[in-house]
Amino acid sequence: MDIFLQQILNGLVLGSVYALVALGYTMVYGILGLINFAHGEVVMVGALVSLSVVELLMGSGLGIPVPAVGALALLAAISVCMGLGFSIERVAYRPLRRAPRLAPLITAIGVSILLQTVAMLIWGRRYHTVPALIPPTPHTLGGATITNVQILIIVVSALIMAGLMGLVHFTRLGRAMRATAENPVVAGLMGVNINRIISATFIIGSALAAIAGVLVSSNYGIAHYYMGFVLGLKAFTAAVLGGIGNLPGAMVGGLLLGLIESLGAGYIGDLTGGFLGSHYQDVFAFLVLIMVLVFRPTGLLGERVSERA
Amino acid sequence: MRADWQRLLYWFRRDARGRWIGLALIVVALAVLPFVLEASVGRTWVRIIDLALLYAMLALGLNIVVGFAGLLDLGYIAFYAVGAYAYALLASPHFGVHLPWWVLLPVGAVLAAFFGVVLGAPTLRLRGDYLAIVTLGFGEIIRIFLNNLNAPINITNGPQGVNLIDTIAIDGVSFAKTNTLLGIPFPGTHLHYYLFLLIAVLVMFVCMRLEDSRIGRAWVAIREDEIAAQAMGINTRNIKLLAFAMGATFGGVAGGLFSSLQGFVSPESFAVWESITVLCMVVLGGMGHVAGVVLGALLLATLPELLRHTAAPLQQQLLGKVILDPESLRMLLFGLALILVMLLRPAGLWPSPTRRRELTSTRVSGTV
Repeated sequence: MDIFLQQILNGLVLGSVYALVALGYTMVYGILGLINFAHGEVVMVGALVSLSVVELLMGSGLGIPVPAVGALALLAAISVCMGLGFSIERVAYRPLRRAPRLAPLITAIGVSILLQTVAMLIWGRRYHTVPALIPPTPHTLGGATITNVQILIIVVSALIMAGLMGLVHFTRLGRAMRATAENPVVAGLMGVNINRIISATFIIGSALAAIAGVLVSSNYGIAHYYMGFVLGLKAFTAAVLGGIGNLPGAMVGGLLLGLIESLGAGYIGDLTGGFLGSHYQDVFAFLVLIMVLVFRPTGLLGERVSERA
Repeated sequence: MRADWQRLLYWFRRDARGRWIGLALIVVALAVLPFVLEASVGRTWVRIIDLALLYAMLALGLNIVVGFAGLLDLGYIAFYAVGAYAYALLASPHFGVHLPWWVLLPVGAVLAAFFGVVLGAPTLRLRGDYLAIVTLGFGEIIRIFLNNLNAPINITNGPQGVNLIDTIAIDGVSFAKTNTLLGIPFPGTHLHYYLFLLIAVLVMFVCMRLEDSRIGRAWVAIREDEIAAQAMGINTRNIKLLAFAMGATFGGVAGGLFSSLQGFVSPESFAVWESITVLCMVVLGGMGHVAGVVLGALLLATLPELLRHTAAPLQQQLLGKVILDPESLRMLLFGLALILVMLLRPAGLWPSPTRRRELTSTRVSGTV
């Protein structure tokens, strides 16, 4: 029973990170109908930038208090990623808005390769150990353990998601975003500056990605230039699972995927009599993705999407 | 002087005799190429050309799926892996089975085609970007299985890969060692070159014939507008599956040949970036244009090697140290090339004439 609970807790932690990243995919998809393939790399950049800031401040000997270091690192990561998201849209997607659908997808792959290589040149190929700003103290919860860092991840993600929902539903910007997602042409006629809204979407999505990057690297204690790719892929799966273009869907999808993965990895050994082990964890995300697309292409919460020809 | 050249060129292209002579010249040039390369820049370059020919086959296979049928496949390298492992497992000491190559290449091809259909069947209803992600996932699944199927029963030997794979031998002439024919020594790399060239030309021929066939036109129709294609009486399901199977077949054959050339396969050779490299070749060369795709493959397979041999020494000389290792430089250039080509020359370096017309004429209706 405690193993079961443990896997549930691990799944929730993992799932909240997926949900944060998935929101970025789903927001862009909802507005542009485009998969921002480079989004996972933005997460990676966020993690590595925050790591460098932490190392710099801790090594500077200025004696800056730990919470301030954390806040500065997070701020640095968020601002770098916002700039990155803005530029990616400007350079790689905006000129191709009227091009065939394959075109922006291919430039997105190009951006992804570029970001990865540049990150590798800056931070090297090695795995960086992320210094623990908050010493992880384990708490027991009904036979399972959860660290305070993990609790923090869940709480921060929940707060950010609530904030995003507020932004989208109760502000002028949010209303413009929803209008653009509904119909860009009509929204433009109603006086919405479409280009500004699209830029804003990318910027917000990238900020979420930066936070996710910081959270995930502090959870595992590891960051490296290749971490964004698989994470991005899984977050995308989460977005599809929940119904792409749908914000609550991305959150539900993220949490669900986290649970499926951690429960799957925990029990696959028992289920297959030891034939398949926990290193098949990554397979689950892809299997879920394929199953969802086959049986319910609109996702769990998605509405019926008309075929875009 | 220039007029002479033009007249000669015209003669080669138009005159019946000129055509034959031109063709003969090309054949002779291709036949002596490995010897010229070995004499001038060393045997490694013959090997590089061997690999470039394999990439050309892969690019042609992917071109059927992406270029003709317009289905973006980001896991194409999985079929290459299937072909390579089929060959490796059945012609190596790993299982102690040593089947001849003429059995294994078709086996690899059929197996790859089967996987192509397995991948295609559930994804038929998906379009564009969804399909891209699913195929990407599929490619990763294959790689993860290859990496982990060494326990509890050792099937693929895991990350260590399969070693000591038999080299192709035709009529007792093994490609593993140097053979002397008519007094000329032919090293194994040269023999592989001739075989690969033959198969690549064959694949090219098949692709060109396919393009103009009923099936090829059906693929293009699906690419342009699936619903309209369906309305015209095309069985889109079967035709799309055929595209997947066909593309996968070429990948499987190329995989088998790769095993023979390398004598060693491991899951590392089939990472996602390999799929993307092949996609780059198709996109840069000119999606849907057979000659363009081959050009793209040859360029992208040989240029990085050229960089490897020039970029590092050049940096050493100019800056005193190597700042960009060739591998990173290659990836940087790949990424940049993908973006720039899409922005500036969306039809590729050498687009097919019809495609160029489509893309330059003003679009009446974009994607909304």
